[in-house]
Amino acid sequence: MAKGERKAGAVPPSGGGADAPAGGFVQLLTPDGEHLGSVTTADGTTYSVDFTDEEYRGLYRDLVTVRRLDAEATALQRQGELGLWASLLGQEAAQVGSGRALRPQDMAFPTYREHGVLYCRGIDPIMPFGLFRGVDQGGWDANEHKFNSYTIVIGSQTLHATGYAMGVTMDGKTGSPDGEAVIAYFGDGATSQGEVNESFVWSGVFNAPIVFFCQNNQYAISEPLERQTRIPLYNRAAGYGFPGIRIDGNDVLASYAVTRAALDNARNGQGPTLIEAYTYRMGAHTSSDDPTRYRIASEVESWKAKDPIARVKAFLAKQKLADDDFFGEVDEAAKQLALDLRERVLAMPDPQPVTMFDHVYPSGSPELDEQRAAFTEYHASFEGSGH
Amino acid sequence: MAEKITLGKALNHGLRRALENDPKVVIMGEDVGKLGGVFRITDGLQKDFGEDRVIDTPLAEAGIVGTAVGLAIRGYRPVCEIQFDGFVFPAYNQIVAQVAKMFYRSKGKVRVPMVIRIPFGGGIGAVEHHSESPEAYFAHTPGLKVVTCSNPADAYTMIQQAIASDDPVVFFEPKRRYWEKGEVDLDAPLSGAYPLHAARVVRSGTDATLLAYGPMVRVALDAAAAAAEDGRNLEVIDLRTLSPMDHPAIFESVKRTGRAVVVHEAPGNLGLGAELAARITEECFYSLEAPVLRVTGYDIPYPAARVEEDYLPDLDRLLDAVDRSFGW
Ligand SMILES: Cc1ncc(C[n+]2csc(CCOP(=O)(O)OP(=O)(O)O)c2C)c(N)n1
Repeated sequence: MAKGERKAGAVPPSGGGADAPAGGFVQLLTPDGEHLGSVTTADGTTYSVDFTDEEYRGLYRDLVTVRRLDAEATALQRQGELGLWASLLGQEAAQVGSGRALRPQDMAFPTYREHGVLYCRGIDPIMPFGLFRGVDQGGWDANEHKFNSYTIVIGSQTLHATGYAMGVTMDGKTGSPDGEAVIAYFGDGATSQGEVNESFVWSGVFNAPIVFFCQNNQYAISEPLERQTRIPLYNRAAGYGFPGIRIDGNDVLASYAVTRAALDNARNGQGPTLIEAYTYRMGAHTSSDDPTRYRIASEVESWKAKDPIARVKAFLAKQKLADDDFFGEVDEAAKQLALDLRERVLAMPDPQPVTMFDHVYPSGSPELDEQRAAFTEYHASFEGSGH
Repeated sequence: MAEKITLGKALNHGLRRALENDPKVVIMGEDVGKLGGVFRITDGLQKDFGEDRVIDTPLAEAGIVGTAVGLAIRGYRPVCEIQFDGFVFPAYNQIVAQVAKMFYRSKGKVRVPMVIRIPFGGGIGAVEHHSESPEAYFAHTPGLKVVTCSNPADAYTMIQQAIASDDPVVFFEPKRRYWEKGEVDLDAPLSGAYPLHAARVVRSGTDATLLAYGPMVRVALDAAAAAAEDGRNLEVIDLRTLSPMDHPAIFESVKRTGRAVVVHEAPGNLGLGAELAARITEECFYSLEAPVLRVTGYDIPYPAARVEEDYLPDLDRLLDAVDRSFGW
């Protein structure tokens, strides 16, 4: 298809299995671990993956690792070592699939829950722990890792992603298979925000090379999806003039295949795509939340049967791509990484208080220099006084 | 070569020079292209620099500022135009929660060198939302530099300095002064310019200090001229930078004159005048002959245009305050 010729609007999904929502979704790996090979949506696009056996095993390793890291973080929070944690439990496939679909040159704009994508970007997984432990507010180099700071204010980062994508176009880095693309992550709740809608408007109008990746985990804290929308979220894209597509968010292969295709379209100059990853947040919204107040156990149970990791494991076992030794080794490696992380988190020093005056203005401020000096002097006055 | 041009034209020249000197500078906003902005500040720039450098955006302020953040992360230097003061609030979240904090959040690794231009203040007979002075909201937010110019020469250099600065700058333009003329040396190198972060004594005096910024500097100068006829020698300081503020320059003057009167259009309650009064009291207490006085807008929404002359601080209210100061 020629540049810009992609049909705007909702791409009717391929159906999916009995577990699919009304209207269906793109699925490549069923909850039973059956690999569907490829699927063709009603607009004629075919999605498939071309993984080697080793790559399938690698994906499994990623999924298990990020789940383990997340579990470790949850435990650390319970033990009072983290002030808060936003768990990705249940959303591993959406994050690892889309995260692995990114190329090194692509830029990602996360919310506060994208620890799996962060991991895929090759960032030291300890990075978000500083934020949640309260020793800093992030602090990784967004440009070096092509992964921006976490954004807590819901929806704001979608505009940053859009502007960045406009910059990609202005730099002449689109229109070729080697071009750059941008991905913006957000939740179902975020789709109600004005800023997310503005980012859709902007991206459509400027044909920005961006993929909007909405993890519809069914809840915004306690508010269910019906409090955000009357229509399936992926259908929203039509109103902004670009395609929207729904995937089985618990299927790492669908997540990978569709995201890669959308990123390729973006880098080729064909503009934005909205992907709705239909998934479920298995745990609490954050460690401060009590989900039993607003959702029933049977619902959680029904989603357990769609577990993103179990199905990859079933597939690997059925296809004899991996055996118990492999699964055991992956578990062990993930555990070691988690324990190592735990040790490092516990050893994370509190920052020197005076550093709170750092990095307010790139060009500094005499005012702040004075406050810093007064602060230092005040604290020094206690030294040796046993205070 | 010095030319006599309006403040609006000076901004236009300054923007043009910034676009010429740095290919990473882009201007974005509603109507900034073909129309040249509703005040024509960007007049002719799109024609000369193209639609990719002077970008007509959709009508959404959070979008303008939020996408500018992304462009800045990408290495551009966006200059956003907010059409009027009262319309900045949809972008408020982006400005105070994102623009102001990117550098801090990233421990200095991510810079968002951008300028948000806001025509502000009253006195042009406009309808609601077109005459407000929201500067205190932004000055209260660490991480933002908030500046305002009061004359064409400053407008010309300050806009270029703001764009060249790595700090995110909220740049308030005194809209009722857009049409006032002054000498501007369009060829002067930026390197020799008066610093962006410094206040300036625009009239020196010995008996009291008038502190003003933006549209009120003219009123303060007029008041000083009138007071001179009564034998009072007033110093007038143009604050220029509202945050961080150039306190040493202010303290130096007030310690010398012993009296200070602050004037601004924004409501007085919790405004910049309140801050200045507190600071000056702390720092210059033993030099003060009278309390620091404020002449400000009233604590009401900006009123209907037919009564705005009664709302806005003017020569008489300012002279009245000066009298009170001397009466102490
Ligand atoms: C503007 C804003 N309002 C409220 C909040 C508090 N809050 C944090 S997360 C959240 C729900 C977000 O839901 P969703 O977008 O679906 O993402 P999820 O957390 O489910 O991944 C809310 C209301 C916030 N962070 N930002």
